Amino acid sequence: MAHAPGKYYVPHGSWWPIVGSIGLFVLMLGAANALNGSGFGWPAFVGLGIVLFMFFGWFRDVIRESVAGYYSAQVDRSFRQGMIWFIFSEVMFFAAFFGALFYARTLAVPWLGGEGVGFFTNLLLWDGFEAGWPTDGPANVGGEFTPIGPLGLPAINTAILLTSGVTLTIAHHALRDGKRATLLGFLGATWLLGFIFLGLQAYEYVELYRDYNLRLDTGIYGSTFFMLTGFHGFHVALGALMLVVVWLRCVKGHFTPKQHFAFEATAWYWHFVDVVWLGLYLFVYWF
Amino acid sequence: MSTTATHAPAHDDHHNAPTGIVRWLTTTNHKDIGTMYLLFALLMFFVGGAMALIIRLELFQPGLQYVQPEFFNQMTTMHALIMIFGAVMPAFVGLANWMIPLQIGAPDMALPRMNNFSFWILPFAFTLLLSTLFMPGGAPASGWTLYPPLVQQTGDALPFVILAIHLMGISSIMGAINVVVTIMNMRAPGMTLLKMPLFTWTWLITAYLLIAVMPVLAGAVTMLLTDQFFGTTFFHAAGGGDPVMYQHIFWFFGHPEVYIMILPAFGIISEIIPTFARKPLFGYDAMVYATASIAFLSFIVWAHHMFTVGMPLAGQLFFMFATMLIAVPTGVKVFNWTATMWRGAMSFETPMLFAIAFLFLFTIGGFSGLMLSIVPADYQYHDSYFVVAHFHYVLVPGAVFAIMAGVYYWLPKWTGHMYDETLGKIHFWLSVIGVNVTFFPQHFLGLAGMPRRIPDYATQFANFNMMSSIGAFIFGLSQLMFVYIIFKAIRGGAKATAEVWDSPKGLEWTVPSPAPHHTFDEAPQVK
Ligand code: HEM
Ligand SMILES: [Cu+2]
Repeated sequence: MAHAPGKYYVPHGSWWPIVGSIGLFVLMLGAANALNGSGFGWPAFVGLGIVLFMFFGWFRDVIRESVAGYYSAQVDRSFRQGMIWFIFSEVMFFAAFFGALFYARTLAVPWLGGEGVGFFTNLLLWDGFEAGWPTDGPANVGGEFTPIGPLGLPAINTAILLTSGVTLTIAHHALRDGKRATLLGFLGATWLLGFIFLGLQAYEYVELYRDYNLRLDTGIYGSTFFMLTGFHGFHVALGALMLVVVWLRCVKGHFTPKQHFAFEATAWYWHFVDVVWLGLYLFVYWF
Repeated sequence: MSTTATHAPAHDDHHNAPTGIVRWLTTTNHKDIGTMYLLFALLMFFVGGAMALIIRLELFQPGLQYVQPEFFNQMTTMHALIMIFGAVMPAFVGLANWMIPLQIGAPDMALPRMNNFSFWILPFAFTLLLSTLFMPGGAPASGWTLYPPLVQQTGDALPFVILAIHLMGISSIMGAINVVVTIMNMRAPGMTLLKMPLFTWTWLITAYLLIAVMPVLAGAVTMLLTDQFFGTTFFHAAGGGDPVMYQHIFWFFGHPEVYIMILPAFGIISEIIPTFARKPLFGYDAMVYATASIAFLSFIVWAHHMFTVGMPLAGQLFFMFATMLIAVPTGVKVFNWTATMWRGAMSFETPMLFAIAFLFLFTIGGFSGLMLSIVPADYQYHDSYFVVAHFHYVLVPGAVFAIMAGVYYWLPKWTGHMYDETLGKIHFWLSVIGVNVTFFPQHFLGLAGMPRRIPDYATQFANFNMMSSIGAFIFGLSQLMFVYIIFKAIRGGAKATAEVWDSPKGLEWTVPSPAPHHTFDEAPQVK
């Protein structure tokens, strides 16, 4: 791969895009079959494997090119801007679910309870239903349940995520100042906190299912609660994985105080996950 | 299109460039990828078009002739999904791939590998989508909007459609990120934002729209999926949810989506009219600001698709006035295009013919949109053929004509050959007649009360339907000419000069025709 210095680096030929496309295809095919209850769901795992392989190989190429010094400041900017807009798209994905939460709480449920234009809906279809939140709807879908408050585990988890944001920032400063030990220590602490968060979240889910009868199918409250916290947890898992990779790369000494885009991109992602959690904590757990 | 034979001798850095299928699978070249997008879109245009002709065949006469009602509904649903996500959007992305780097003086797109990923996802996504035709229960038949609770009656197809939409979304988001980053980071020195050609400008704004709303569609269909398979009740009143909520989330995506399909078209028209009127575009800055305001407004008008489902009065008023407001920047655009032609030294090659047809016919669609935005009027028009006429006027002689205009305009740049002008003109006239015969009578059908998405109708609608079907076959069959003209130009024809047209403006006309495989390795200076 010849490359003239000073020019924008345009890689010539890569198999990863087509590998990834095939992986996604097999993944979706298997997943759709599994949802339909057919025995042909196993390809989903094969597809997932291919996709992970694609990520691994693709990023390996990128890291090699970066270490080889192919990337100018302009290429660096492309990566940065790309990451920012990717995170923005993730924000909009969560916005859809937050939108559903707000719509249900402030409009749909009150209408079912007879407010405003919902007067006859309530009288004729759901007589006796009183709007309130949390609710599993006029038909009590999922049965009696106990909602979860902001104290206890959620509060601890909030503290954990906020702390991880701080440790990450300390690690970043250490990287910029060339303090290796501090960098490795605090970055390690960051992903450790991430995994602790996930562990506690899993524990909370078990408790909710077992003792609170609060489940994914507990009406609109269960739906919004588990979809929001679930997708958030999924993103924490991704972020923590990214942090581990970046940590390993720090161990290997890939980053310089000046050039460490992967570190920064992961940090942005982690802060994004953090901010989403704050939104969750406020609007799902607290109010 | 651009073949390896066109390599300038200066490029010796890929003497071992792969050939054959491997070249296309592994390419990172914006021109290759643009070509693949365009050919894919063309293929989907015919797949979706075949479905449209099945619809029009059934509607040729009242009564049930050729297909079952269930299958008819599958056709309307699949036709729309394929045309929107498979034909119009990929065609615009293909044009963006080809032209944006050429217009801003960049060596390639900013993230070339991701560019190829965006493309290659699409054939797989549409394989998933099209496979539903052969499943128990058939393809989805709920209409492209996939409203619950109707869509929940889909058979095995449901998870396939939803996951296919996820793939299309991933592709679109990556493509849009690439466009934004390319435009923000790869412009040649001196190419300030307000010097960018309008096609690039409109695509920049379109890309922002895509990044903002494709994830929302992903969220909406994910909720459908969990409602169906995991017991959530987002859209079930019994559990405290609301099917209308789906419509809000969907249209928060859906209305910006229709602008995603028209803003790049505005850009193409803004390139073509000045070239053939031999005058600079009238009101360049106003065009940019109008595009931006249309994009902004497109986020706050979504509920005009839902006037009849029940909404508080204040909501109806807000969405009505916000919708009408869009007519203002749209009017600015139409005015500026007209003013550009005013006293121009006009000539009427095929791209210009399509552009002028766009101007008139898109405006008709805009006017019918304005009628639809009036709440009490929409109570009458909603879900009638009037709506069908409206969106087909903005999409076919709007978006699709703009794509065709763009293809004719830039084809010589891509292939190095002039297309056959006589055939191009015949294609144009057949298309413009076909489109109007197809869709103009649908206004009358709608006003007279014929509902949309229905395989049979009362006999008083027979004449206009027959007319519409004849027009559809004229239009559909004449598109075979389009394919012929394109491939004829690929294979040969009069040599095109670098400028192709009479002193057109823009960097793309400074590189040879066909554009070499690599262009602007050295950034040009823009004054
Ligand atoms: C002046 C600009 C426009 C206005 C005021 C407008 C207004 C409307 C309204 C009020 C509806 C809903 C009608 C109903 O279902 O009762 C509608 C439907 C629609 N419009 Fe427009 N529109 C405009 C431009 C466009 C453009 C530029 C496009 C696409 C390129 C477009 C595509 C559509 C589509 C696809 C539908 C039907 C969606 C469906 O129900 O399947 N419109 N328009
Ligand atoms: Cu709309």
